[in-house]
Order: sequence, then structure tokens, then C-alpha cells
Amino acid sequence: MTQTPWLTVLLALPLVGAVLLVALPAPLRARAREVALAVAVLELAAAVAALLAFDTGRAGEHQLVETHAWIPAIGASYALGVDGVGISLVLMTVVLVPLVVLAAWREQGASGAATDRLRTYLALVLALEAAVVGVFAARDLFLFYVLFEAMLIPVYFMIGSYGGARRQYAAVKFLVYSLVGGLVMLAGVIALYLAGPGGPDGFLLDRLVGAELSTTAERVLFCSFFLAFAIKAPMFPVHTWLPDAAEQAPAGTSTLLVGVLDKVGTFGMLTLCLPLFPGASRWAAPVVVVLAVVSVLYGALLAIGQRDLMRLIAYTSVSHFGFIVLGIFAFTSTSVSGSSFYMVNHGLSTGGLFLLAGYLAARRGSQSVDAFGGLQRVVPVLAGLFLVVGLSALSLPGLSTFVSEFTVIVGAFTRYPAAAVVACLGVVLAAVYVLWTYQRVFTGPVRPGLETMRDVSGRERWAVAPLVVLLLVLGFVPGPALDLVRPPAERALAEVGVADTAPVAGGGTAAPPDTQGTQGTQDGEEDE
Amino acid sequence: MNGFVAPEVAWGALSPVLVVLGAAVLGVLVEAFAPPAARRIVQPLLALAAVAGALVAVALLWGDVERTGGTVVLGGSVVLDGPALVTQGVVALLALLSLLVLADRSRAGQGAIAPLVAAVPGSETERLARRRGLVQTEVYPLVLFATGGMLVFPAAGDLLTLFVALEVLSLPLYLLSGTARERRLLSQEASLKYFLLGAFASALLLFGIVLLYGYAGSLRYADIAAATADPSALDALLVLGAVLVLVGLLFKVGAVPFHSWTPDVYQGAPTPITGFMAACTKVAALGALLRFAYVVVPGLEWDLAPMLWAVAIVTMVGGTVVAAVQSDVKRMLAYSSIAHAGFLLTGVVALDELGVGAVLFYGLVYGVATIGAFGVVAMVRQSGPGDAGDLEATDLAQWNGLARRHPLLALAFAVFLLSFAGIPLTAGFLGKFGVFSAAVAGGAWPLALVGVLTSAAAAYFYVRVIVRMYFTGGAGTGDEAPVATADDAAATQDLAPAGGVPGGAAAAESAGGRLPVTPDARGVTTTGPSPAAAAGAPAGATTAVLDAPPAPSGAVRAAGPVRAVTSGPAAVAVGLCLVATVLVGVLPQPVLDLVGRVAVFLP
Repeated sequence: MTQTPWLTVLLALPLVGAVLLVALPAPLRARAREVALAVAVLELAAAVAALLAFDTGRAGEHQLVETHAWIPAIGASYALGVDGVGISLVLMTVVLVPLVVLAAWREQGASGAATDRLRTYLALVLALEAAVVGVFAARDLFLFYVLFEAMLIPVYFMIGSYGGARRQYAAVKFLVYSLVGGLVMLAGVIALYLAGPGGPDGFLLDRLVGAELSTTAERVLFCSFFLAFAIKAPMFPVHTWLPDAAEQAPAGTSTLLVGVLDKVGTFGMLTLCLPLFPGASRWAAPVVVVLAVVSVLYGALLAIGQRDLMRLIAYTSVSHFGFIVLGIFAFTSTSVSGSSFYMVNHGLSTGGLFLLAGYLAARRGSQSVDAFGGLQRVVPVLAGLFLVVGLSALSLPGLSTFVSEFTVIVGAFTRYPAAAVVACLGVVLAAVYVLWTYQRVFTGPVRPGLETMRDVSGRERWAVAPLVVLLLVLGFVPGPALDLVRPPAERALAEVGVADTAPVAGGGTAAPPDTQGTQGTQDGEEDE
Repeated sequence: MNGFVAPEVAWGALSPVLVVLGAAVLGVLVEAFAPPAARRIVQPLLALAAVAGALVAVALLWGDVERTGGTVVLGGSVVLDGPALVTQGVVALLALLSLLVLADRSRAGQGAIAPLVAAVPGSETERLARRRGLVQTEVYPLVLFATGGMLVFPAAGDLLTLFVALEVLSLPLYLLSGTARERRLLSQEASLKYFLLGAFASALLLFGIVLLYGYAGSLRYADIAAATADPSALDALLVLGAVLVLVGLLFKVGAVPFHSWTPDVYQGAPTPITGFMAACTKVAALGALLRFAYVVVPGLEWDLAPMLWAVAIVTMVGGTVVAAVQSDVKRMLAYSSIAHAGFLLTGVVALDELGVGAVLFYGLVYGVATIGAFGVVAMVRQSGPGDAGDLEATDLAQWNGLARRHPLLALAFAVFLLSFAGIPLTAGFLGKFGVFSAAVAGGAWPLALVGVLTSAAAAYFYVRVIVRMYFTGGAGTGDEAPVATADDAAATQDLAPAGGVPGGAAAAESAGGRLPVTPDARGVTTTGPSPAAAAGAPAGATTAVLDAPPAPSGAVRAAGPVRAVTSGPAAVAVGLCLVATVLVGVLPQPVLDLVGRVAVFLP
């Protein structure tokens, strides 16, 4: 293979960066932030290069494939490859990481120069980046599982060492939830391998697809995988670790945790559950759809009731993940591609919200919504950014989240009209939790003691501005992104063995006009 | 079989055993004739050389065994096939690491072993022995005898050899359990308990052997296996005999409900010996158990499987649940070792061809992490009262904030715990993966399911320790710097093996250099404003003092501040274990290949 192994580069670069940070000689330690940022930006550049090497015309296939023997004795290979969804999520990840590094600039006691504490934190961020990129790119079930579990460790330390008062509780809860899911999945992984073709490369996903399983076995295995992913996503009723983790973790950690890490759950459902267990996926879809709708409403309702900013954002994510799962298990090419796009948009939107909430909390010394009030006049730029990003959380047309939420609902409607209608309520509730939060924090009389709050600095602006720009750009020009995620969606449906249903009434035609239809709708909304 | 025919003895095949037992005998002679000062140096070196020699012997035998599948020695009393050789290699390797921990005397010049084991605890004799700087160097030959027994145990080809090997490995361990310098009474109690229960288990084993002999008319494994192959002849003698032999073996493995000795003995025994027992004994006993289950009684699968299944499940669940509520590091590790015995048993019960290799591999990775973990326990210390020297800080509460003062040590312990918990990219994950795979492949998927669930539960208490080390504020980080007294300083000098005790920052530096770990801990052993100190340990001054290696133990009234001595052979052993755990976790292929190629029993 003569082409550059971009995915290995993407995997290795942050890892090298993390080691470099840890091993930084004493005179350079004060520059740890710059080093971390440089590595993160380099990674971003590498990801862009990977995107250029990626043939978007064949987005449904896995490209940039690398396959090497790793542990032939147990059938594990080092196999990487991304399709349109994979590379989108990798890109989202590498976009978020530099911003998180920027946002953490003055955290952990670092004002003038980086402290050792901050250096370790940044090393953990980079290590996590490597693991997540690896998960999105893994084409071997064993490799996927190893990285899926291994990424818990940096996050665990990022919450437990650097978080708020109850950080230990939150970190342990996070770890135990994740491990229970992960280890049950391990049993499934083993069983699937033994049912599959076996041999020294028996864990390659391409070889496992189509393994002969009895109906019962397939359903049991599906459940073991789905449990792990539902916990990770997180879905009702196994979501309870997320609010605690998000509340206690530093804002940057929450950004990565919710924006990136949790995507692994929905990504796993899409790229593992559907192709590996097509029959069981069809069998479970009604239940999953109901759970997804419950997540949408439950998350939104609880978000409305929260007093803690971080918990609030965490619950909005539970709601959003409900939409994503709904789209995946509605089994229409529109809804599935909508979900894939939703994953990217949600990372940008929620990541931005967490960062902005982190700014607020750092300035006020409190995460409680009640501690704020009338900030619009004091910190206008921060308020404006919060409003825009907040509006993206409620899927305002013109922002990319609208496109994805709309396609999910439209796609879901053709198969589960009732579910789609009920899920629409979540959109209304989203307006309540976002706008009411904005109202309480930024409007009204200025709360005493807040008159002197600083507005966002240049660095903080730079950490959020790219997200806003991306939300807007992808909102107006979603076409290229949708082109990336639609072919994988169609392939997924073909693997599940469900006939696509077109969202356009009386349509029933194939995908291309459908894509344009969606874009057309989007454009129409813009014009209004 | 007319008359006695002297068997052809293939001495070469016995060489690992001969080297170790020969050195043990030599060690006894050294004990008798060499002056005390010389013994302190000669005995550890002799023991290390013997075990290393056994390792070399195993390596030399490897090619032959891989080619021919193994040889039968002494007319069938010893079978040197792949699994036996792998077990011998693992036992020798683990014994080598244990000996390094045992030989460590760099903590205030005192090792883990009492200066005079025979002295009544708290008596004037004991104090005198301590002041005179006596050292009980007999432990080294004892460890070698035990190791010799462990080398024979998995290779035993008949029931009598099995029994003799069991006794040879057990008797020294009974003694060794009682030699701890700290908490003498607890140690002696452990010794007595272990001896009584062990004798009981040996008696059961012997009774089982008798019954099996009564059934098959032979003690040879091969003959018994042949006799069981005839289904019409199955009777109570056979089943009962097999059950009793299994009970004897499971006792050594430490499986529930034959585990009750484990926590007390593990806690009471000197920590290096605990590591040795937890790792080597378990591996050797599993080797013997594997052979018995796969070679002797595979025909009894239907009769014995329910018992083995039940034992495996109860062991996993029991060990995990009880470990979760322990507040003492050594007891926690003891119960966790019980849980691990359960995981290992799932691989044995599978009775699948994958199982042998998986169990042996698990034994290796578990043993390495265990010795490393107990090595760390031996290194985390506090000043004892009076002239008692420094004591191990085994209360979990004392481990709070350890990472801040000793990042390197905490990192090592965290990796071992993660390996125990089976987190990917550590060797423990692949070990668990192997045995659970074998269990699923052998149709024992409920065992695998129980295994993964208990693993998740076990992760809770492993992680709790990591939480303590990393996230909990350093309560008990030492409020006063240790005060040196002339008496103690003199004792330190006196007890120091020539050139053995590193003194000062230079030695500490070299230890830092020896420890092959991630460089983030590079600053640990440097004195002065280390990163650990900068990170905000409550008492900066104390931190700086604590890192200077043999700070003469304080004359403070109660237990002094917790500290760790990150130098000496124990640190080397921990470092080796750490590297092995991570390396095997990421790139296990060579080891898996090595084990996998020979993991077939000679029928």
C-alpha cells in the first residue's frame, strides 16, 4: 500500500503528543499549552489531509483502509478504515480538541504559565483524542472494543482528578456504568467471534458481517452490544451517570465527554449493531424507538427542571441522543443519514454550550442558573455566542442542527408516524429549556455582584467562534456533509435488509432526488 | 512388570527441578557454615541464581518439547510436556521476581523477615536480635524448596508424585508465613492456620488418592484415565476419589469454599512471601489441576462439571463481593486473588483445547501483576513505634494521595489494579479474554457471563484504590518530618548489607534510572522541589524529606508518616512487572505464540 496511512497518523499523532507532554523537559514545561495546541492543530491538519485523500464519491465504502495482523492467536487485527460517517466524526473530534485545549488555557491554576496539573490534563485530552479517533476508524471488532474500553481511563482521570466537589462519585459512577456495559459487550464480542469464521483475522468486521447465528443467539448478542452503546450514548433509562459526570467535570471534559465520547454509543449502534445483527435490529427496533422517544421527552423535561447549567446541558443531550437513536432505528435512508449528520452537529452545538457555560461558571464561581441574571448588558459578546449556540440546540433553521433534526423527523415519520409526532414535542420543549435558560441568565436586571464580569477574551472567543461558524456554514450548505453520510446510511439499510421508504409523499424513488428534496426544504426555510 | 526395573532417568528433563532443589540444599549448607555477614549476601544471590538457572533450563528444554510434544520421565512419575514446561517457566519467572522483592532490604535497612523468627514476640530476645542486626536468611532455601515443589507439582505424572510435590511446596510455605517482622503474632497465627488447614487438605487429597488407587489399581495418571474410559466400571470410588483430589488442589488454588485460609495467611505472611504464594502457588496448583482435569478425569466430565461450575461461580462472586468491603490492602488483594482463582477456573472448567493455553497465559499475567502489587505494598511504609523499624502502611486510608508524593509508584499500582480489573491495553484484559473465550467455546457461557459481571463489580474496588491514590487529599501525609535518632541510625548502618543500601539522592537517582517507566515520574526521586511537591502536597518539606531513601525511622510515638522507598531490588521487580504488564497488554502475540504452540497435554 503506497498511500499515506492517514488513519494511523491520526491515531499516533495525539498519542505521541500525550507522551511528549508528559515527558516534556523541565524548561519547556511552561509551554505545555502551546505544545498541546500545536499537536491538536497538527492533528486537525492531518484530518483535513485525510479528508482530501478520501474519495467522497464512494463515501459508502470504507476507505483509507489499513489492515495488519496484530494478535493472530486470538484473531485480532489492526484494521482501520472510515466511511463517510466515520470521517465526519473523526473531523468533528479533531475540531473540538484544539478548542478544548484553548478553553483550558487558564484552568487548573494556570495563569501565567502552564502548571504540571494542566500539563497532565492536556496529555489526557490528547490520549483520549487518540482513543476516540481509533474507535471511529476501527474496522476490527477487537480493536474497537479495546479502544472503547481504554478511552474510559483518561476520561475517568479527567473527571476524577480535575472536577468539582463530588468528582470522585461522578468519576466512579461513570466508570462503573461504562464497565458494566462494556464487559457485557465483551461476552458478546467473544461469542460473536466464536460464531463467526474465526481464524487469525476473525475479528475483522467485514468477516463477521453475515455470521450464521440462530435467532435467539443473534438477539442476545444484539442486546449485549446495545446495552453497552445505550449506556454510552446515553439513553433512558441508563443515562443517569451523564448529568453527574457533566456537572462535576471541567467544561472541557464535558465537551469531549458529551460531544465526542458519547457519539461512540450511537456510532456503535449504527456501524456494529445494524450490520452485525440485522435480524435482531429489526426485531428490537420498535422497543428502541419507544425508548428513544422517551429519552427525547424525558431528557427535555428534566433539562427544564435543572438549576445547574451543566446538568441542564447534559439532559438536553439525553434528549438529542434520543433523536439520533430514533433516526437510526427508523430505518429510512433519510432518517439514518440525518442521525449521522446529527451526531456531528450535536458535537459542535453541545460542545459550544459546555464551553460557554464553563466560561460563565469560571467567572461566577457557580454553575447554578440562579446565580446569574441580566448578563446581556454586562457581557454582550458572551451572551450573543450563548444565544446562537443555544438556538442551535433548539434547531433553529439556518443552523446545521435544524437540517439534521428535520431529516431525522421526516425520515422517522414515514415509518413510525406516531413516534415522529411525539418526538416533535421534544423540539418544542427544546425551545423552552434553551430560551428560558437564556432568559434567566442573560436578561432582566443585572444581579448584584455581576456588574464587573469580564466579557470573553480573545482566546475564549477563538475557542467558540469556529463552532459557531461551522454551525452556520453547515446550516446553509449542508449538501457536502449530507453527501458524506447518505451513502453509508443506504448501505446500512441494505445490510439490515429493510426497504427504504421515501419521505416525499407518493415518491418511493431512490435517494438522489430525496437528498435534493431535503436541501430544498432547508433552503425554503431559509427564505422565510 | 516382573521384578524391579530401574527406570531410565532423563536427567536433562528434570534439570529445572534439580537446579532449584540442589541450590536449596546448598543454601542449607551455607546457612550452617558461612558467617552471618556472608550469608546475607550469598543466600539471596544463590537463590536468584538458582531460579534464573531453572529459567534457563526451561528455555533449553523448550525446543525439544515443542518438537516432540514432551517426554515421560522416571517411568511416568513426571511428565514433561508443554503445559508442564510452561507452568515451570512461569513459576520460575515469578519466583525470580518474588525473590527480588524478598531480597529488598533498603527500607531503613530492614527486610520483611523477622530477625529471629523463633523469638517470642515482644520479648527481650527479639529486641536483642534486632539490635544485634540478626537476619533470618533461612528464608531463601525455604523459598527454593517451595519453588522446587511447585516445579514438580504441575509435571507430576502419578498421584504419589503429586502428593510429595504438594508437601514439598507446602511445608516451607507454612514456615514462611510465620516469619513476618511486623505484627509477629498475626504472622504466627497465619502460619498455624495455614498449617492446620493445609494439613487437612493434604489429608483429603491423600484419601482421594487412596480411593482412586482402589478403583484403578494404579497411581499413574495414564492408567487411571484408561480405567475411567470404561463407562461400565464407574462407581462411587472413582467419583469420590476424584472429588477429594480436586478438593485438595482447589484448596491450594484458594477457591471458595476452600479459601478460608487465604485472607488471614496473606495478611499475616511477610508481604514478599504473600506475593510469592499468591502468584507461584496458584500457578503451580492450577497447572496440576489442569493436568488432573484434562488428563485423568476427562471421562468424568458429566459427574464433576456441576461441582466445578459451582466452585467457579461461588469463587468469582464470593471473592469479588468480600473484596469490595476490605479496608486493608493485603486483605483486599487476598480476596481479589480468590476472585481471580475463579476466573482461572472458568478456563479449566471449559475443558476446551483453548482452555489450557488461556489458563496458563492468565496465570502468567495475573502472577506478574500480583507480585508487582505486593511489591508496591511492601514499599509503602511508615515509621513504626520505638525501634520497631518502619512498617508497611497497609490500611487503605493511608494510601490517600499517594500519587502526589510518589507518582511512579502510584502509577505502577494503578496499572496492576487495572490489569486485575481487566481493562484493555493491560495484560489482564487479554488473560480474561482468553479464559472467557475458552469458556464460551467450551459451552460454559454462563460462567463467562458471571465472569464479566463480577469483573465489572471487581473494577469498583480496584478503582476505589486508584481514587484514593489519585483523587483523595493526602490525609496522613505526615505532619512531622521523621526525627533521626542515633540508635536507629546505627542500626541502619549495622543492618545494611555491604553496599546494598542506597544512601542519598545519587542512589535514588540511579533507581529512578533503573525503573523503566514513563518519564512523567522522572522527578520523583530527585530531592528538592519535585513536581510532586509543587503539585500541592500539604507538607512540602516532608515530601522532600520522604524521597530521600533510607530516612532513619522516627522516634515518634505512633505510626509515622507514610512514605515509600523507590529504590532497591523491589523497585526493580515492580518496574519489571509494570513493563511486562503493559507490554504484554499491547503486544501479546509473542507470548501467546510461545504458550499456544506447546499448550497440549501429553496423553
